[in-house]
Amino acid sequence: MNDEKNTPLLSFYSDEDKLYAYVSGEIDHHSAKVIREGIDEQIFALRPKKLYINLKNVDFMDSSGLGLIMGRYKLMKIYGGKTFIESPSHRVLKIIELAQMGRIIDVVEENKEQERNLK
Amino acid sequence: MNTSKSKKINELKMSLYSLSVNEAASRAMTGAFCAQINPTATEIADIKCALSEAVTNCIVHGYKGGIGNIYITVTIYENKLVKITVKDKGVGIPDVKCAMQPLYTTDKSGERSGMGFCVMESFMDKIKVSSAEGRGTTVTMFKQITGEKIF
Repeated sequence: MNDEKNTPLLSFYSDEDKLYAYVSGEIDHHSAKVIREGIDEQIFALRPKKLYINLKNVDFMDSSGLGLIMGRYKLMKIYGGKTFIESPSHRVLKIIELAQMGRIIDVVEENKEQERNLK
Repeated sequence: MNTSKSKKINELKMSLYSLSVNEAASRAMTGAFCAQINPTATEIADIKCALSEAVTNCIVHGYKGGIGNIYITVTIYENKLVKITVKDKGVGIPDVKCAMQPLYTTDKSGERSGMGFCVMESFMDKIKVSSAEGRGTTVTMFKQITGEKIF
């Protein structure tokens, strides 16, 4: 429950042609709907060339999360953009690797030097 | 799995509406119940994820977004074996073998990975799927808990 952590489920930072989507809490079939709508709204508004889905604060993800990421990858691809997964926990990385998603979507570490004002 | 040789020591039965908002609760209940046999953090996370997949399948595929009941039974055996059954009375699976292939999904939205059964098979030790068209589906999963010693 996100109230306990005081972190919103979804927040964004954009910088030139990059959009960073910060997800927190749990990604399952139920929360994926809200996350999908939120990210897509930003993609349509900003038309970024690069989308970074930051999973640093995600403590649970099942295959609905994989579907969510794949859906965003496909959407970005339509507009000629690229998608990255940023800073998944060890547990979340386990399911990403099970799906061999790293073959088509780069998994990167968050750039800690960059200061980000979250919207 | 040695369910015949080991004694059943505890059992949880729950029935939930097939609403996606219940996915988190079903995970939490299952995790809380299994805590009594001191699983490792990985073991409990594996169980909760596999359970989440099965419950999601009931909601998305079994009842196709409509409302039905999902029946979950979590059984603990003396030898720390955990058995989980997730049952729905939804549309059923015409070809189970086909459905269990990685990346296979009947969903047309492009938002589903088709990895649900693959995750269950990977995170649990054994899974059995029994289904008939029009009569629902029962997924039975087993995991042997090794756990950490608590002194």
